[in-house]
Amino acid sequence: MMLGGFTQRSLQSGLLLVGLILTFSVHSQEHGDHGHGASHHHHDDHGHEPFEAGSFITNHIADAHDIHLFGDVHIPLPIILHVEGMGWKFFMSSAFEGHGHGDKKMKLGKTGKLVLWGEHPEEGRNPGEITAFDGRGTELEVFDASITKSVFGLFLVLTLMLLLFRSAAKSYERRPGQAPTGLANFLEPLIIFLRDDVARPSIGKEADRFMPFLLTIFFFILFSNLLGLVPFIGGFNITGTLGVTIVLATLVFLITNFSGNKHYWGHILWMPGVPVPIKVLILTPIEIISVFMKPLVLMIRLTANITAGHIIILAFTSLVFIFGKSGEAPVAGVGIGIFSTAFMIFMYFLELLVAFLQAYVFTLLAALYFGDARQEAHH
Amino acid sequence: MELLTILLEIGQGLAAVGAGAAAIGAGIGVGRIGGSALEAMARQPEIAGEIRSNMIVAAALVEGVALFGVIVSLLVAL
Repeated sequence: MMLGGFTQRSLQSGLLLVGLILTFSVHSQEHGDHGHGASHHHHDDHGHEPFEAGSFITNHIADAHDIHLFGDVHIPLPIILHVEGMGWKFFMSSAFEGHGHGDKKMKLGKTGKLVLWGEHPEEGRNPGEITAFDGRGTELEVFDASITKSVFGLFLVLTLMLLLFRSAAKSYERRPGQAPTGLANFLEPLIIFLRDDVARPSIGKEADRFMPFLLTIFFFILFSNLLGLVPFIGGFNITGTLGVTIVLATLVFLITNFSGNKHYWGHILWMPGVPVPIKVLILTPIEIISVFMKPLVLMIRLTANITAGHIIILAFTSLVFIFGKSGEAPVAGVGIGIFSTAFMIFMYFLELLVAFLQAYVFTLLAALYFGDARQEAHH
Repeated sequence: MELLTILLEIGQGLAAVGAGAAAIGAGIGVGRIGGSALEAMARQPEIAGEIRSNMIVAAALVEGVALFGVIVSLLVAL
């Protein structure tokens, strides 16, 4: 079966819309939150710091202003700030001076300074945040709209999606009436599956109207999840950020409630066939709460699953470092290292499954909510 | 030590207890799903594939609820 021009065009417009909205949501302030945890900060005999698993994990799942590949190698990213009284500032994150994991500083204007807090910031500061001080040391209000690691990852995913689907759609145009080959051949079973097994059973005859959004959401979540699993490129955590998933959930919420028909709202606010006292006191409040709870649960389910997966993988990785760094009992270190790495590889496979599954579950539930909103009378 | 410090440490320790309780919930829930799925597959092996897909979807939904608890514990502990 061919994907006609309609689906191609709706895919593109759906993509662009979601992309635009998401771009403005991601300068996530989920910077590693109060990073020190319960670990102590002492120096052991060899003079280098012990490995702190807590801050290692939080700094790898939180957002950052550059892409930290390994050691001291960073890929700098643009920083866009609005400092109160000084307007907008644009510069690359490499303008900050400082190495390693400590706080980084740079000059602001003639006398002020900007501080990018490192892994062990002073009290009340979060790692990864930027604070501005003027010449006298008073703190200025900063609005951070930088291209952070997650925003950069989001642009990567969007570019990838645009390229993939444009080229698949064009190959359909070039070969009308023939079976698809190559990329289109690879994507077609997924798209047909989403249309025939997810959208049409849930929504019924109006399914094609919602297909662009459902397809966009599915592939965006899928590619973002998969991007977060690729090792060595700096560790992206796009869908594990509440800022991204809340936008996806809000889109589902808006589309559901704006396409709700009379029967949908009737079933929520004044369901037929139920005695009035029960309706007013119990059922209608519950239904109203669930209108908001359902997208909220969508948001938390996706974030929690992806973040938990990353944390588990990071925890197994840090096991190796915890036992390896001390240098005592090398046999235990090697044994634990082998066991830990094997388990981490197993967790990677599980996370692959979770990546697909969470994209599918999000799309399926969104389709079910849309179908619910367009329900017909069935008495 | 001060009462406040003790309470703070207890709070962080309770976060770990909360995460463990969430894990118990997940274990019980998904265990039941797996158990009924296996029973159903034993009764009617022809639709084992369908049962497997539905089992995985149900497990994802139940895990979502358990991970609620994990997120709250994380927010407390970090």
